Amino acid sequence: MVYGHLMILSVKDLSVSRGGRLLLSGLNFEVLPSEALVLTGPNGLGKTSLLRTLAGLQPQAGGEIITENETAVYAGHADGLKSGLSVIENLRFWADIFASRHRLNDALEQFDLSDLKNRLAGRLSAGQKRRLGLARLVLSERPLWLLDEPTVSLDEPSRQGFYKTLQTHFDDGGGAVIVSHTPLALARSPKVMDLSLFAAQGFFTTEVDAFL
Amino acid sequence: MSLWEYANPVKFFALSGRILPWVSGFSAACLLIGLYWGFFHTPDDYRMGSTVKIIYIHVPSALMAINAWFMMLVASLIWLIRRHHVSALAAKAAAPVGVVMTLIALITGAIWGQPMWGTWWAWDPRLTSFLILFLFYLGYMVMWRAVDNPDTAADLTSVLCIVGSIFAVLSRYAVNFWNQGLHQGASLSLDKEKNVADVFYQPLLFSIGGFILLFFALVLLGTRAEIRMRRAAALRMRHGLE
Amino acid sequence: MMALLMRDLKLAFRAGGGFGFAILFFFIVTLLLAFGIGPDVVLLGKIAPGALWVCALLACLLSLDRLFALDYEDGTLDLLTVAPIPLEAVVFAKSCAHWITTGLPLALVAPLLGIFLDLPAEGYLWVFLSLLAGTPALSMIGAFGAALTLGLRRGGLLLSVLVLPLYVPTLIFGAEVARRGTVGMDVQTPFLLLVALSFGALALLPFAAAAVLRINLR
Repeated sequence: MVYGHLMILSVKDLSVSRGGRLLLSGLNFEVLPSEALVLTGPNGLGKTSLLRTLAGLQPQAGGEIITENETAVYAGHADGLKSGLSVIENLRFWADIFASRHRLNDALEQFDLSDLKNRLAGRLSAGQKRRLGLARLVLSERPLWLLDEPTVSLDEPSRQGFYKTLQTHFDDGGGAVIVSHTPLALARSPKVMDLSLFAAQGFFTTEVDAFL
Repeated sequence: MSLWEYANPVKFFALSGRILPWVSGFSAACLLIGLYWGFFHTPDDYRMGSTVKIIYIHVPSALMAINAWFMMLVASLIWLIRRHHVSALAAKAAAPVGVVMTLIALITGAIWGQPMWGTWWAWDPRLTSFLILFLFYLGYMVMWRAVDNPDTAADLTSVLCIVGSIFAVLSRYAVNFWNQGLHQGASLSLDKEKNVADVFYQPLLFSIGGFILLFFALVLLGTRAEIRMRRAAALRMRHGLE
Repeated sequence: MMALLMRDLKLAFRAGGGFGFAILFFFIVTLLLAFGIGPDVVLLGKIAPGALWVCALLACLLSLDRLFALDYEDGTLDLLTVAPIPLEAVVFAKSCAHWITTGLPLALVAPLLGIFLDLPAEGYLWVFLSLLAGTPALSMIGAFGAALTLGLRRGGLLLSVLVLPLYVPTLIFGAEVARRGTVGMDVQTPFLLLVALSFGALALLPFAAAAVLRINLR
């Protein structure tokens, strides 16, 4: 699987809000193929809101997000796993949604889930669940991965496995925007952006502004 | 200069503040004339006796009960399409007025129905439809109260209002199908030459005019109150109190 | 879409999926109704078609708040929003799954419960057919209500207040088919209206429900 893009994501003067309050403003960045962008900053700054905005889950408060359709796949705090289904059934469901059954074995192997294939997801440990959640990224076959704290609850071997998967993704020409508090040990060191520089405390979206 | 300029909350607030006393004054005048004329200077009906006089409250309130919902539907559509806050807030302000109008229509209807049909309540299509309309109003108002974020609440209630309108019309036909009624036909219509006798008709028009103006006054008042609340919330946010 | 439907069915039928609760509730409410009315078989037989409809409707209502809530809590709904299938299709598939696990079983069980209510023999077929034709509308309208109240405090209570008035036309036509069928009257008109209502709801409400879901997921 090789993605053929010159640029995966371009963000111009983006503002992000949550509940009528402007959190971040004046964001400008690009994600090129084989490139990772790591976002850092204290809690409550709007990192998750930014990722959700990039994923198209919430409207932006201003500015532009330039991507092609169906570029991004989002992995948030909740992995969308069904504890009543087995590992393979969970994955097969997402493979059907993304029409990518041929990648099923790849996903199982890359996240070291082959042995757990028939276990119910509800019986997995937190780290195993996380791996299962991340395996969905491989199935999406989308070039832009938006990851919210992906390494939380992963032990060292799983973390290495995850880095390897990320590396394969970058080798294929994919990109990623990653929110992370811990530094990521990637082969090519990623761009790091401190979001606290773009904090917009005390400002409002035009929606609230209209009443002042 | 377009009408949409007044969709800005601040401009609307200024304009509505100037209009409101006039609307309220005319409403009071129309109601006084209509009700006084109706109650004291019209003859009793040969069939219904003096109970006919309840028409001056029953018909206008029933009319406004439906029109208030219609106004909410239009305001909801404007909010969804053009996203003017005043529109959403006007819809919110109209709901309590509409529900009270519905209640007045139901209660006056019961008071009128008791001597005429010998019962406070009958499962007549018109009565039943109004009861269903009443439930729709309540659902709409509860929805507004249940959602914390005001813009989300406006979006959700707008969609509810549109879907509710379709189901309200469906219910009207379903209820018609379900039971043919006791209720007389429409009291007023544009295409009929004679509706109710002229003696009742003229004060009724005043009364209807008064109710329409009353509705406008109350909606303006309610919308202004909503704008003030939103403004207060925005100020609290600016000073970091929330 | 098929994948989503199959997954929902699988989840419903597995242990802890909640399949069968609606039928159990239907059974209990019908019995309670008989206790409340008293053992007057003539009266029970007369009200049986309408009573079965109201009880089935309440049983359907009971299962609605789980329709989107589980997928909302574990993040699946977020992920489906950015997946390559439209949210309207998601709503449609989930409503179909709800109908297969709730509406269809209710329609199948209703004639059996008719025995308790002394439903006349002519009524069995029509109670079944009217529920078969009407429950898709109940599921779809309920999906709209569930989408509307997603993630709200006391959402379940609000859901009933919002959905029950929307159920009025379906109930009227459905119960009318059952009643007319039971006493041997012509059922064509209300039956066609009921079917039209179900198809109309299936065709249009996924759009409204998806719009409301998008708002709630923001």
